[in-house]
Amino acid sequence: MPVTIKDVEYIANLARLEFKEEEKEKFTEQFNRILEYIDKLNELDTTDVEPLYHVIDLKNVFREDIVKESYPREEILKNAPSRTEFFFKVPKVIQVEKPQKENEDKEQS
Amino acid sequence: MTITKKFDVLTYDQIREKLLSGELTCESIVKRYLEKIKEFERLNAFLSVFEKKAIQRAVEIDEKIKNGYVGKLAGMVIAIKDNICVKDEKCTCASKILENFVSIYNATAVERLLNEDAIVIGKTNLDEFAMGSSTENSYFGPTLNPYDEDRVPGGSSGGSAVAVAAGLSTTALGSDTGGSIRQPAAFCGVYGLKPTYGRVSRFGLVAFASSFDVIGPFGNSTKDVALVLQVIAGRDENDSTSADVPVPDYLSYLDKDVKGLRVGVPVEYFAEGLDDEIREAIEKRLDFLRESGAILEKISLPHTEYNIPTYYILVTAEASSNLARYDGARYGYRSPQAKSLYEMYVKSRSEGFGAEVKRRIMLGTYVLSAGYYEAYYRKAQKVRRLIKEDFDKAFEKVDVIITPTSPTTAFKLGEKTDDPLKMYLSDIYTVSVNLAGVPAINVPAGFDSKGLPIGMQIIGKQFDEGTILKVSDFLEKNFSG
Repeated sequence: MPVTIKDVEYIANLARLEFKEEEKEKFTEQFNRILEYIDKLNELDTTDVEPLYHVIDLKNVFREDIVKESYPREEILKNAPSRTEFFFKVPKVIQVEKPQKENEDKEQS
Repeated sequence: MTITKKFDVLTYDQIREKLLSGELTCESIVKRYLEKIKEFERLNAFLSVFEKKAIQRAVEIDEKIKNGYVGKLAGMVIAIKDNICVKDEKCTCASKILENFVSIYNATAVERLLNEDAIVIGKTNLDEFAMGSSTENSYFGPTLNPYDEDRVPGGSSGGSAVAVAAGLSTTALGSDTGGSIRQPAAFCGVYGLKPTYGRVSRFGLVAFASSFDVIGPFGNSTKDVALVLQVIAGRDENDSTSADVPVPDYLSYLDKDVKGLRVGVPVEYFAEGLDDEIREAIEKRLDFLRESGAILEKISLPHTEYNIPTYYILVTAEASSNLARYDGARYGYRSPQAKSLYEMYVKSRSEGFGAEVKRRIMLGTYVLSAGYYEAYYRKAQKVRRLIKEDFDKAFEKVDVIITPTSPTTAFKLGEKTDDPLKMYLSDIYTVSVNLAGVPAINVPAGFDSKGLPIGMQIIGKQFDEGTILKVSDFLEKNFSG
């Protein structure tokens, strides 16, 4: 079933992106063409195939729990768009926001 | 008769000899490259050039040479793709969102090059966050193909390929997620190696698709590529996915013959859609290998037609997750419009990312979202296994697989920018290599009737870069036609 502008808006919110109306339309159309192409995978029966997560043999890596020097705070803060002396500064976090419930409850159909 | 442009390029071999004999100094070499960079500024290969620093470093290395100590890559002038960190220099990923980001450390690959006295001359242009096949998706404008300036250099490592092709640096580093080293190397007529996944540390490479990404070298000879790989390969404790597999002496694979070498030729890669001149160029080289004692064998990689859809599901999914870090909080662009935390995220990202990056984040978010994860993401992971098994089976019978690198030579600027799917299909012969995690090299294979470079791809077994370098070197030194 094709993706609609409403779906594009829903995904955009999940990805924390926003688009202009005409972008949404163009996007929906491109999205559908790409998905149609991707649907080709359904030709394959993969019932008994294990998913492949990594192409080389990877093992979990542990290290000794030794305290080491990290990057200096001043270096880390150098790229901050906004900062105080010791911290990153962001817009006020505690505020009354519209509940996001609408999106979470949205049915996928 | 094909007329092809000639560029004034030097290989590291030629330079090193003259450096050690005192005929040339690093300083004069660096200055020569800086002049060339200015001369070819219109190609837009570089996003930043470290004029002062490079000269200063050259002087220091000249001093070392006088004192009798030299690193393996002393005086090698190298350009670095601008998604790989060089300490105290910008790392923009050709994105507005990182326009002013300054790296606070060196990528491991860069650190290792510097330890061997290489000289970093600047950072090269790319498709934003390495997402693209033409270097047109750069916030700083496209890079042009030196052979025809109305055409793309390929991508995403277009700047690095052009730097090496036009003689603006001796070698360059790029990154390859689905063909981003090999395809621009093909379009620009240079050698470009995508190592085995995990062969080279990804520490300091800005993440795009973490189970695909790998750093690799460009050069004007197989040996230059081998020399760089030798230095950057190997386990790194800062990258848990870097492989703990011994690094062989790659130079020992050069100047060898190909007697008894088993070469697989996959029928699917020579089917419809392949340009006739490219087919002919590859076939000539295959014939030459046979005449030289190699055993050619037709093979099949039956899941080839599923490569592109599988690839685009998995990389967009990984990209959507990796690019979640650009939130305007700790580094990168923050929208001045943002009044709340939510707006800071949405506006910084929407104003900071370009169209293709947004498209991929959206697609990736979609295939990972509730209700679609099984149908798309998990399905693609299963098909990835089938594709890898195709390669495993093929490599039971052959030592290397030879294919074209790209179905066409360099296309025109703007030709595919409006049609993402068409652009994705230009990676049709390269993405499988990343899906299977095997190494592959682009070998220049002559020119078409328009004077544009043709590329041939040699694919090897995991961690067997040596054998593909051997075949590449053999053709470089022995094939003339």
